Amino acid sequence: MTSKLTTEDEAVAELSSGMTIGIGGWGSRRKPMSLVRAILRSDLTDLTVVSYGGPDIGLLCAAGKVAHTVSPFVSPDVVLYQDPPLDVPSLEPHYRKARQSGAITETPVDEGMLLLGLQAAAWRVPFLPTRIGLGTDLLTDHPDLRTVISPYDDGETLVAAPAITLDAALVHLNRGDARGNGQFLGPDLYMDDLMLEAASTGRRFMSVEQVVETDEFAGLGSFHTMRVSRLMTDGVIEAPNGAHFTSCDPDYDRDDAFQTAYLQSSKSDEAWAEFKTGWLDLSESDYQAKLARQ
Amino acid sequence: MSDTHVTRAEVCVTAVADCFRGNGEILCNPIGTIPMIGGRLARASFEPDLMMTDGEAMLVANDQAHALGDTKIVETWNPYRRMFDVVWGGRRHVMMGATQIDRYGNQNIAAIGTFAEPKVMLLGYRGAPGNLINNPTSYWVPRHSPKVFVERVDVVCGLGYDRAAELGDEAARWFSIPFVVSNLGVFDFESSDHTMRLKSVHPGVTVDEVVEATGFDLVVPDEVPESRLPNAAELELIREVIDADNLRERDVPDPD
Repeated sequence: MTSKLTTEDEAVAELSSGMTIGIGGWGSRRKPMSLVRAILRSDLTDLTVVSYGGPDIGLLCAAGKVAHTVSPFVSPDVVLYQDPPLDVPSLEPHYRKARQSGAITETPVDEGMLLLGLQAAAWRVPFLPTRIGLGTDLLTDHPDLRTVISPYDDGETLVAAPAITLDAALVHLNRGDARGNGQFLGPDLYMDDLMLEAASTGRRFMSVEQVVETDEFAGLGSFHTMRVSRLMTDGVIEAPNGAHFTSCDPDYDRDDAFQTAYLQSSKSDEAWAEFKTGWLDLSESDYQAKLARQ
Repeated sequence: MSDTHVTRAEVCVTAVADCFRGNGEILCNPIGTIPMIGGRLARASFEPDLMMTDGEAMLVANDQAHALGDTKIVETWNPYRRMFDVVWGGRRHVMMGATQIDRYGNQNIAAIGTFAEPKVMLLGYRGAPGNLINNPTSYWVPRHSPKVFVERVDVVCGLGYDRAAELGDEAARWFSIPFVVSNLGVFDFESSDHTMRLKSVHPGVTVDEVVEATGFDLVVPDEVPESRLPNAAELELIREVIDADNLRERDVPDPD
């Protein structure tokens, strides 16, 4: 039996500057943050990041790792209706700074169009037809979005959502085994499986809260939760609290105090430097140890 | 707040509820505090077949709008992947927000300036392009001003009636913007050229106030009715069941 167990730093060593990297999760939920932190510590640069974005994109922008994003939104809190309501800004300050200064460029996508792009890549077809984009500025803001005419009798004009092929994918799940099977225990898988399936073999990395024996999956959740198979992964990283400070339902909630401190680090270069020194210029184990002491 | 005084927020909740009148068995998907309370009111009173989210991945039967906790009654699982199935299949009426909206209902939530070189970067396109072309989309604007109701939106995320007309009847056959509700009034596009029409003003608001707070020429009928007040049963539902914590007043503070 092949073990795919590896570490964040070994996984990031497989990435190169200029690559297109898909990051799983949604907004500030179940983001593979320990892998993001490993990228922050690396020499990587000029990355294209494909993500339903949150602090993953924000941190990578603040650290100067990003050249381009493909994202329907970047927000620390995209659900406007919270339970209970929180005064969390819905806009990502580090990402906004990078966009407004021209430090990064962006290919706009609709939320569903990103799903279709990943699905097309996973299925190895050049595009999938959709009505998304018709009549909107997506057709002009997206540099190479084209339409297609249905070859059937209806002759309808549709948008050809282009395949979004990834050089690498990073996702974080609740449980996984050493062989690379993964299990999500929260309410939503998001597009994590599609991110993995759209990425090149050899660079599909899954961090998990806990590595378990394969025969333990069935006792942890119904078979419906076993949505990532080892056909989809190349490396497994055991990363307890690895999604911190984003949420990882049901293992833990978002750390709102920490996220607020992160958001406030956008206020000045000094504030960012302080946050970076305090929380990013350290190994993952030191980060987790420091958190535990808080 | 006295028991007899109906607040502006409660008028807004009722106006939102009326947006879903006659919708039947669809996903009622209002986004935002007052929209969510309004949708719940519609279902708890005159539209019992609506389905509604918990704000996340479940469709729930609860009348209560928030803080469901362990009391959640899940009707079905509706993660994002399935939400797109519902949207693209058309069995949904969504109510979104708008940073900018113009007379034809074109909506912007992506950026101020241009998308390529934004002066102010906002959220991004989110799901707006897919929503408008696939299912009815209404809007909620909690602070009506000429900065929101603009002559031209900077980026068209959600298309409006002029863009839909250019696409033609077939391509735009599932497009509609039934209503826009703001803290000042209710609007629709039932004018001869599908430009925004003032449908009603909330009690205490004058037509002139609405016109002044709108950055384009609204279609204003000779007679503009007042938005209706919730009836006694609806008011009790709002105050005692749906929004007992009174979050609605945080969304729209009462002017009185």
